[in-house]
Amino acid sequence: MFGYYLDLALRSLKRNKALTALMVLAIAVGIGACMTTLTVMHLLSGDPLPGRSQRIFYAQVDPDITDKEGQREPPDMLDYHSATDLWSARRADRQALVVDSRLKLHAPDVNLPPLMATMLSTTTDFFPMFDVPFQYGGGWSADDDARHARVAVISADLNLRLFGGADSVGRTLRLRESDVRIVGVLKPWRPSPLFYAVAGGRFSNGDTADFYGKAEDVMTPFFTGLEINDGNFQQFNCWGIPSTPGHLQNAPCNWIRLWVELGDGGKVAGYRRFLADYAAQQKALGRFTVAGNTRLRSLMQWLDFNGVVPSDVRLQTWLAFAFLAICLFNTVGLLLAKFLRRSGEIGVRRALGASRLAIFAQCLMEAGMVGLLGGIGGWLLTLAGLWLVRRQPAAYADMAYLDTTMFLATFALAVAVSVLAGLLPAVRASRIAPGLQLKAL
Amino acid sequence: MDILPILSTLRRHKITAFLVILEIALTCAIVCNAVFIISQRLDRMAMPSGVDEHRLLHAMLANIGATSDGKARTQEDLAALRQIPGVAEVASVNQVPFGGSSWNTGIKLDPKQHTSTLNATTYYGENLVRTLGAQLVAGRDLLPDEYMDFDDVVRAAAAKDNRMTPHVVVITQKLAERLWPGQSALGKQIYLSDDPVNVVGVVKELVRPSIWDDATASYSMVLPIRVSQGEYLLRTASPQDRERVLAAALDKLKQINPHRVVLKKHIFDDMRHNYFQDDRAMAGLLAGVCVALLVVTALGIVGLGSFWVAQRRKQIGVRRALGATRRNILHYFQTENFLLATIGIALGMLLAYGINLLLMAHYELPRLPASYFPVGALLLWLIGQLAVLGPALRAAAVPPVVATRSV
Repeated sequence: MFGYYLDLALRSLKRNKALTALMVLAIAVGIGACMTTLTVMHLLSGDPLPGRSQRIFYAQVDPDITDKEGQREPPDMLDYHSATDLWSARRADRQALVVDSRLKLHAPDVNLPPLMATMLSTTTDFFPMFDVPFQYGGGWSADDDARHARVAVISADLNLRLFGGADSVGRTLRLRESDVRIVGVLKPWRPSPLFYAVAGGRFSNGDTADFYGKAEDVMTPFFTGLEINDGNFQQFNCWGIPSTPGHLQNAPCNWIRLWVELGDGGKVAGYRRFLADYAAQQKALGRFTVAGNTRLRSLMQWLDFNGVVPSDVRLQTWLAFAFLAICLFNTVGLLLAKFLRRSGEIGVRRALGASRLAIFAQCLMEAGMVGLLGGIGGWLLTLAGLWLVRRQPAAYADMAYLDTTMFLATFALAVAVSVLAGLLPAVRASRIAPGLQLKAL
Repeated sequence: MDILPILSTLRRHKITAFLVILEIALTCAIVCNAVFIISQRLDRMAMPSGVDEHRLLHAMLANIGATSDGKARTQEDLAALRQIPGVAEVASVNQVPFGGSSWNTGIKLDPKQHTSTLNATTYYGENLVRTLGAQLVAGRDLLPDEYMDFDDVVRAAAAKDNRMTPHVVVITQKLAERLWPGQSALGKQIYLSDDPVNVVGVVKELVRPSIWDDATASYSMVLPIRVSQGEYLLRTASPQDRERVLAAALDKLKQINPHRVVLKKHIFDDMRHNYFQDDRAMAGLLAGVCVALLVVTALGIVGLGSFWVAQRRKQIGVRRALGATRRNILHYFQTENFLLATIGIALGMLLAYGINLLLMAHYELPRLPASYFPVGALLLWLIGQLAVLGPALRAAAVPPVVATRSV
């Protein structure tokens, strides 16, 4: 039966090529628009650490003593004092301080001009906690953190640029005026978004494309980084004027992030209590004015709070679905026209014994064929659409490729849409009374 | 025109007619809102900067340090840049309009206020106002002897010593109007910390380096602070030779210190272009979607029109045989399309208004101006008529003799 319906459907589609082309085109354009934006959405709203994200948390306290207005959100980052207190208490399974800065970088034994690089300064737990993949070597130890060791991990990009992609473990980099020894080289690593650096989304008015940038070129132990690039750190915000710009260790400024890993619900509750106790203790010491203003958001909650998906992308997705709806109405109308025009033929089949169900199935098969053809067109248009996205200036542009899931989703959506479009026309066609049509012949 | 027979025919094709109406309505609603968003983006891209855009150049080199040595080197750089033929003004600055990253601070009108009245950006740099070419509309520019070095100011501010912190400021007209509506800002005082700062000048316009909210885009201040962070602004004598001057300036700076890394170099027109590239991309995308929507809708009307004509061939033949002219048949289909389009447009307007309300709530868009409705209606009527013309002409060409044949 399936083969026969397929044959009938193909014959019918061939009979009126213009109408068929019109339907296929409408579905293809709708699917193309939808899948392009959905792929971008999928890319931007996904979980950057699948399987681990529910154990990762972001800690916030409120050290600002100037604002006494009661309830409000604590600042997006921590001051040095709070950050190092919380980190060195080691109350979580893993904990990492994170701060980034820019500096001049040079490889003394490579004949290339110095370049401006981004540096992430963090602590040893960063690598296992975020499952960072290594090509050569590995991270540094807790001992390196404590000794302010002059070691570094570099990105695959930088390794390619400086050392042609060879194993550069043991070689030397000059960061500003200090030499560090490379202990690890990352595999290409491009979390989307660059989750550990996300902050301040609520101040960005939906313009959050920059959260999807590349990971830093070089990573150093936290305290080593602060020494090497002293004077070049930027605050997230300050509630007083720092006495030395760029040196924020004792400044009334928020500029450091603390990520922690907590294995189960009990530990999460425990850490929440720990943060609250810390704030209360600091208030007692006179350093904080409010005690209750602490937060511990999970990674996905933190991304959500920052509204990481840019508002333009969300708008484009809605637009694409509206566009698909219009294409759907269009196809419903055209299929209806097509099926009812064949009333005579359907009447004959009914008179010869075909059941309503058989007519219905045959019509749906034809609609499905249109969907499949539309899916192929939609897939090509999606590829074209993503090519256009990649040419956009957005930070995530280079990641906009169609993966297998989205490739299959393209065809699933196309067939689903066309079968949906064919439902009503097929029901109408199956209700055609055989006698009436035969009389007209 | 015979509207009643048309209505009676449409009643027999409820679903198809309904689909056409729905398609037109949705298209109308989306196109109205999309065009509105495009116009908003275009307005944004044309945002005035208040500076002499076609003659400005920007260069940023890797931090040469906030040391006393850094200060001397900055003066050396500035002197060298001034020597370049074609350079009218130079300044060492902390930030530039449309530059992206910005320095901002809260402003209080009373030192006892808990929270700031508003937040504004702070431009630093000797000779900045003249170099930018910002237009003073009241008061005066900052004077050379009012300028202080950035690190001295920071040290003094940290030590709560008010002798070495700035006491004068130049602000923009928009900021002045927001702080003291209807009054002259000259001589008024604002508080950036505990000490008052006097407004001595007002510039017509000076846009912020990064704009979160278009309403506060020109909340800017210029403070008499000298900075030496390796960021330079140059104004050329004429727009023609700016590329040459920029290349010469970078050569000169590299010559003074070959170990520096050039972080940024722009002619200002490119900075504006880059700053609004997201808006441009979005506007382009929306325009593309609008065209695609209108084409799809038109093709849908062509398809259904053709179907209806084919289905009614016999009736058309009968009408022709009974004396209807070709013109009558043509008008019949045109009127039919006009009726469907009108209902679709009416529905579409309601929908457009609804979508606009949603966008206002979620995307901070203003209300859709009423002028969009008649223009949108006209556009869809026109497209409907164009789309139906082909099928209608084919219908008019049906010969009367069809009536006498069985199918």
